[in-house]
Amino acid sequence: MQVLLDNYVAVLLAGVIGFILVGSALIGSRLLAPYSSSRQKETSYECGMVPAAAPIRSQIHIRYYLFAILFLIFDVEAVFLFPWAVTFLSVGKAAFYEMVLFIAVLGGGLAYAWKKGVLQWK
Amino acid sequence: MEAVAQQIPLEHFLVLSAILFSIGVYGVLTRRNAVLIIMSVELMLNAASINMVAFAAYTSPAAFTGIIFAIFIITIAAAEVGLALAIILRIFRNRGTANVDEVNALKW
Amino acid sequence: MTVAQGIFYLIAALAVAGGLGVVLARNTVYAALFLILALLAVAGIYILLASEFLALVQVLIYAGAITVLLLFALMLTRVGDLEETMVGAQWPLAVVASILLVGLLITTIATSDWPGDADGMITRIPFETLGEALFRQWAVPFEIASLVLLIALVGAIVLARDEEGDVEEAE
Repeated sequence: MQVLLDNYVAVLLAGVIGFILVGSALIGSRLLAPYSSSRQKETSYECGMVPAAAPIRSQIHIRYYLFAILFLIFDVEAVFLFPWAVTFLSVGKAAFYEMVLFIAVLGGGLAYAWKKGVLQWK
Repeated sequence: MEAVAQQIPLEHFLVLSAILFSIGVYGVLTRRNAVLIIMSVELMLNAASINMVAFAAYTSPAAFTGIIFAIFIITIAAAEVGLALAIILRIFRNRGTANVDEVNALKW
Repeated sequence: MTVAQGIFYLIAALAVAGGLGVVLARNTVYAALFLILALLAVAGIYILLASEFLALVQVLIYAGAITVLLLFALMLTRVGDLEETMVGAQWPLAVVASILLVGLLITTIATSDWPGDADGMITRIPFETLGEALFRQWAVPFEIASLVLLIALVGAIVLARDEEGDVEEAE
């Protein structure tokens, strides 16, 4: 346990210091800067006009979501590459073909996305 | 496989997992936005993973099936979230809401 | 109380605080940020349980990619402001149900005998052993996982995309 914890003391320290840094900046600005809030200030600025009342349906396009899911799928693939790289020599050919199959299946997904025009940014 | 002395009893991890799971149950029961329900489900999945890893670490020194299970749980959770959110986006496009109470076309 | 226990209680408190934030925050984006906190705390729990690879997977996939997806979905499904206006009317029942559940679980945990209690030792599995098991013993589930991911990708594209065709025609 002791050896294990020693490796992560730096991580814990970095987390705590980062938290203190950001927290003190936020609290400091709150204490030092003049601060007043009103309903007028919180509305979006539209060239001096009162903003249109109708809710905006959605400001970002669904294409972002499809890119995010492509990122997620290949993130999972990248995570499986780490143990594969470490054990590649000891497991031998079988591991190689397993990973080829794995990447080929996900590559099929990428090819499908490409064919359907998900990758094009029009 | 080195053994390390652990000063934390196994029960502590189990209690933490039970608390997280119950919080997830509360979220699933009360939240009405479908995306927030998915988030609560993720909490429950994490609680289950903590259980698996804790049992693997404490009870079976030679076998580590629990850790492999947790890896696959995370993989399947990635697929599940991607698909579930796509379904929610589809519902939102068709019906203009992500509120699960208003999606009641199949209700008798 | 030893150092390890102190760190455990700190991380556990962070995880529970994050979880409560997920289910109680009124602002949906804050709920997603609390989820990131809870997921990172769970990664810390994995490190305390000596499974560092799992902590890496948790940070990379859960805290990194899945929360991005959740935030995009929140942005895409919002109507008007970010507040969740409706919390179901059954919340008192839900409180009772969750407290009963946690009481039941904790009673069960406290009254049962767990095998690992005697020596209090945990086993640290070397990364190589884990990887070897993944590619020998668990090779078939590994390939099935790739198929599941493929189906999720294709399904998401089919579900989310044909709307784009309509938009293009409209333009």
